[in-house]
Amino acid sequence: MKYYTYFPGCSAEATAIGLGLSIQAISKPLDIELIELEDWTCCGSTPYGSLDKPESIAVAARNLALAEKTGLDLVTPCSSCFITLHGANLELKHNLKLMEQVNGALAVVNLEYHGNVRVRHLTEVLVNDITPGAIASRVQQGLNGLKVAPYYGCQLVRPDYGFDDPESPQSLDRLVESLGAEAVPYPLKNRCCGGSLIISEESLALGLLHKLLDNAIENGAQCITTPCPLCHINLDAYQSRVNSKFKTDYTLPVLFVTQLIGLALGIEAKALGLNTNIVSPGPVLNHILAVRQEVKSGT
Amino acid sequence: MKSFVEEVATTPGGENICACIQCGVCTGACPAASEMEYAPRKVIALIRAGMRDKVLSSSSMWHCLSCYMCTVRCPRGIKPTELVHALESLASQHGFRVKETYTPAMYRSFVSSIKSNGRVHEFGMMLKYYLTTNPLAALKMLTVGLQLFLHKRMPLMPKKVKGKEDLSRIIQRFREVRASQ
Repeated sequence: MKYYTYFPGCSAEATAIGLGLSIQAISKPLDIELIELEDWTCCGSTPYGSLDKPESIAVAARNLALAEKTGLDLVTPCSSCFITLHGANLELKHNLKLMEQVNGALAVVNLEYHGNVRVRHLTEVLVNDITPGAIASRVQQGLNGLKVAPYYGCQLVRPDYGFDDPESPQSLDRLVESLGAEAVPYPLKNRCCGGSLIISEESLALGLLHKLLDNAIENGAQCITTPCPLCHINLDAYQSRVNSKFKTDYTLPVLFVTQLIGLALGIEAKALGLNTNIVSPGPVLNHILAVRQEVKSGT
Repeated sequence: MKSFVEEVATTPGGENICACIQCGVCTGACPAASEMEYAPRKVIALIRAGMRDKVLSSSSMWHCLSCYMCTVRCPRGIKPTELVHALESLASQHGFRVKETYTPAMYRSFVSSIKSNGRVHEFGMMLKYYLTTNPLAALKMLTVGLQLFLHKRMPLMPKKVKGKEDLSRIIQRFREVRASQ
């Protein structure tokens, strides 16, 4: 059993509830114990950092100081929380004046940060600690033949914190293939989905989403998988807006990679929050049923 | 009095601006460049030419998607994404108002949600954003919002977070510490 301090991030409780649920569901079969950071608050976030970087680092520091007391690595499934917490951590370690100011502020609630936390993305933990090989050995229901476009988005691999190649990442491809599925070539796998600007600059973001969906389908994908809650909501919930704007008729399911892993581990769809996906994951589930029938009938 | 380029270089995120060789890799890498009044390379040129009002009142930096493609490709280690965030913070601190984009309003709604709830409450954040910008635009978002609600992804009430008060006190004290130095 491997133990971690878990930072779900705000969206894993709301717009990305499927992410939160599927992580809980796959932890036990993968021998991971994720202990939620008690009483965590917002990671600091990109919008906060854009308006006031030092103050956003003070916001992140509360979580880092709480996590430091646990003595475990701090793991988050949210790409945005990851770069915010990881970036704040690096800045605090290298900027002693800021560390002093932040500790001056943390002192009002009897907290202090010493710079000893290791911030990690859940995908990196799955690849490096759990490993695709071990995941493959626990697969109950292989996703054989399912064509999946592995979509990394931006903040899992950029800025470059050393986990995977920022231009041509492979880690998610390996996870997908460990499930028996086929990771199709996906040239736009690390291009931007529009992020939070889907709200304020919708037309810009919809243009990017259109390219991502088109590129996945062009390469034969039956679904897209991503670890990122923001990429997921944009590709899933805004797919109908892309269709209205570009007169397309995409119905491409978008699954969190933890949902895909859960299906391969034989966990039922509802426990993985698949009923919260807006574009129906039906085609993926039907594919799995068909594979199961083939195995049963020995063909 | 500080020159504009010095002001940017002493703002967190803007430190490396003087290393720029105007190669344009940042603009080539930027998925939002075509939407910007001044694409990233030009923004840096304008800063170094001292065009403070032109830069800080432009909507260009507010189109940054924080995808960090420019940051990993810049051959001079400038971190243009961080530079853009530095410009956003300068524009916002000095009260520059941009008409062409609602991104600053969206960011402010986001931060205000964090301060009120300790975490981001997405429904409340969106509601505040549309009410303070363009309530009519909320109409076209009804379908997306309703779909999210029906799929149990849009709780109407924020979650109660105990640490909310502690976070407010940390922010308050951090401001005092910074102001005193």
